[in-house]
Amino acid sequence: MNQVILKQKEQKEIENRKNESSIVYDTKKLNLWYGNTHALKDIDLPVQERSVTAIIGPSGCGKSTYIKTLNRMVEMNPEVRTTGKVHYRGRNIFDSSYPAEELRTRVGMVFQKPNPFPKSIFDNVVYGPKIHGITDKKILQKIVEKSLRGAAIWDEVKDRLKENAYSLSGGQQQRLCIARCLAVEPDVILMDEPTSALDPKSTLKVEELIQELKQNYSIIIVTHNMQQAARISDKTAFFLNGEVIEYDETDKIFSNPVDKRTEDYITGRFG
Amino acid sequence: MQFMDMKVVQSRMSKRLLLNQMTKWLFLASAIFGLLVLAVLLYRVIVDSLGWINIDFLTSVLSTKPEIAGIKGAILGTVWLMIIVGPVTMALGVSTAIYIEEYARPSKLTSFIQTNISNLAGVPSIVFGLLGLTVFVRLFGIGSVILAGGLTMSLLVLPIVVVASQEAIRAVPSYLREASYGMGATKWQTIKNVVLPVALPGILTGLILAISRAIGETAPLVVIGIPALLIPVPTSIFDRFTAMPMQIYYWTIDSVLVAEYAYLAAATIVILLLILFTLNSLAIIIRNKFDRRY
Amino acid sequence: MSNSINIRNMIEGSRKKSKLAMFEKTIPYLLFFAAFLSVLTTIGIMVTLTVESILFFRNVSFREFFLQPELKPLNPSDPKFSILPLLGGTLLSSIIAMMVAIPIGLTTAVYLSEYATERVRRILKPLVEVLAGIPTIVYGFFAFTFVTPVLRELIPALDRTNILSPGIVMGIMIIPIVASLSEDAMSSVPNSIREGAMALGATKFEVAFRVVIPAAISGIIASFVLGISRAIGETMIVTIASGSNKNLTFDVTQSMQTMTAYIVEVTSGDAASGTTAYYSLYAVAMTLFVFTLLMNLFARYMTKKFREVY
Repeated sequence: MNQVILKQKEQKEIENRKNESSIVYDTKKLNLWYGNTHALKDIDLPVQERSVTAIIGPSGCGKSTYIKTLNRMVEMNPEVRTTGKVHYRGRNIFDSSYPAEELRTRVGMVFQKPNPFPKSIFDNVVYGPKIHGITDKKILQKIVEKSLRGAAIWDEVKDRLKENAYSLSGGQQQRLCIARCLAVEPDVILMDEPTSALDPKSTLKVEELIQELKQNYSIIIVTHNMQQAARISDKTAFFLNGEVIEYDETDKIFSNPVDKRTEDYITGRFG
Repeated sequence: MQFMDMKVVQSRMSKRLLLNQMTKWLFLASAIFGLLVLAVLLYRVIVDSLGWINIDFLTSVLSTKPEIAGIKGAILGTVWLMIIVGPVTMALGVSTAIYIEEYARPSKLTSFIQTNISNLAGVPSIVFGLLGLTVFVRLFGIGSVILAGGLTMSLLVLPIVVVASQEAIRAVPSYLREASYGMGATKWQTIKNVVLPVALPGILTGLILAISRAIGETAPLVVIGIPALLIPVPTSIFDRFTAMPMQIYYWTIDSVLVAEYAYLAAATIVILLLILFTLNSLAIIIRNKFDRRY
Repeated sequence: MSNSINIRNMIEGSRKKSKLAMFEKTIPYLLFFAAFLSVLTTIGIMVTLTVESILFFRNVSFREFFLQPELKPLNPSDPKFSILPLLGGTLLSSIIAMMVAIPIGLTTAVYLSEYATERVRRILKPLVEVLAGIPTIVYGFFAFTFVTPVLRELIPALDRTNILSPGIVMGIMIIPIVASLSEDAMSSVPNSIREGAMALGATKFEVAFRVVIPAAISGIIASFVLGISRAIGETMIVTIASGSNKNLTFDVTQSMQTMTAYIVEVTSGDAASGTTAYYSLYAVAMTLFVFTLLMNLFARYMTKKFREVY
């Protein structure tokens, strides 16, 4: 009898999770201050899994701050204060029982400027798995290949894995950083203007890569390049002065925005 | 294929976080350790010196009897040394810095001079003592007098003044130089009237640090031969002398014979540290007062 | 109008003073002479040490100096001149010093550069550096009158002069060298690299030891080498606290003489100028000079290598 109830309960939980699981990140009433500067105001933003969500807006609108809040990197600045909730897979990331380090193993990040470690290409990729306890050389080898393939850079570097990462070009370095991030098998990848420091050719490669990655990962990308958002994202959020002005399907935002300010921005009237 | 196991990650997490927390406190403790030792050192020295520092101690001459021994000669000896070290290092140090920063073209010779200065800074002070002994005391035949000690010390601390002056000169914004050249001033006029006044606080800070280093240096003086018990007080640069660190040295090693000498050494250390503390405060005040005035 | 012409004339007039032009021309030479004086100092040191060392090696073979173990400079019938006991003492005291200075200095640097907030760092770093501003004679007094007696309570076999206590105190003196230079090296590792590691779920400890330290390693090694060089050249602490026993031993509880302490003993002792015992101090000083010079050059090379990366 008890067991039946238990089974039913379990069943229910699984159902619940399935419903929830289409939403990977859910931000509710998030406010953030840098000292006295109110940088994010009442952000509400549900993010779909296995899709690309773009965040656009003019400089200083809080889009970078927002994405850095999602893996709590923003807290590296000791002046930061937050209120509200951000749920990742149903868990509030600000919960004191949820270590930021654990969150960051599930949520990877790619930065504006490529930031490989001054180590070999191989060591860059295995850094994450190693700190999380994988020491078996053979497994590490496999992880390196899988991640580099995943980041579409394997063919370019497979013969020079022992070389220093700084010997790569900027575009290659950025894909290496993506590979480094894939190596810990994240669920979500946050990208903070990942192509802003790259030339057009490398940008295209990274964009193609993002399209591929969304089969398996949920991607949230900050970009100041509207064409990029239009090309690669499924949904787009428009930020202005720390607020979400509009959040919808990308096609809709770019073809038929509801808010006048969104329209002004995407038609290039400011920003 | 899945390689990462969230269960493993989670099970290791608390251990890693604990290690992180523990090391944080451990490293803080380590940063504070040095300060604790410093505190113990100061406490010991001050306690040992209690009752020994008074006007008589400062104004009496040396004696083998601890009750009546004073450090007037040692203080004056140190002052006399600095009367040589100050001007000599200032003149040589600033000239060297001006040459390297303003006149020298980047060449092998210039970079050799630069390398040479930074290497001189790493030469043990006792080696400078041997140079002083061999060249100033013996070769020039001036003997173990204030002039020999002062010149030896000047060479020893010269790199400090050179490096500080170089940094100060380099920090003078180029628009100030250009303004001066723009009015037709010559190079030397520009240096004398524009560059040096702006760089002066930095140069003075370097000079004060160099002097504090020279005041505390002992090894070169030991090597050039300072007598253990010298009663007359020096009155010119050609007089034999003793200095505060020398007196600390002799009293410390002789405390095996007469226990009270240790207290005299401690008292002299307190006076020495007070002088150094004052000088360093002065350097900090100069630095803060003139920082980024332009 | 006429006014401006007057000024012009005055300027032209002063220009023509050839004295000024002469002065202007001689200045670079005067300055160069000052700059060259530092080179002369180095040359002076080298010539002094070499010339007097040659006088020493006329009487004592390299073999005796570097290979046999006995040092008895003032033995009237059969003086022996080996540098080995002095090298042993120097090596041992430096090792002890670095066993104190490296762990404490490096972890202090990690704390300052990775954990401390900007405000704490700004207060703590200068305070730690105060340790480097205390004259070594004061440390010598501290080692002899405080550290040694305390250690003798713990280790009864410790001699009144021994190599352990000055070694430890030298280590404390060297902490700020290691801490300050290592901290400089770590601070110049760009923050973006730290962020990259943290975004992978690394703790601060892992960021420090697996990313920042490896990235700053040549600068850190340079700080160690400079520390060792400082320990080798340090004179007063060992002269006061480690005595003048010239036996080649590795027992840290015993009195032992370093190269520097030997130089002090000979110069302030009874060895008459011109005797072999007297010249021996130059041979020892030459060895000391070469050691520290090589280390300083190596440290400089490492720092340069480090600067090239970023």
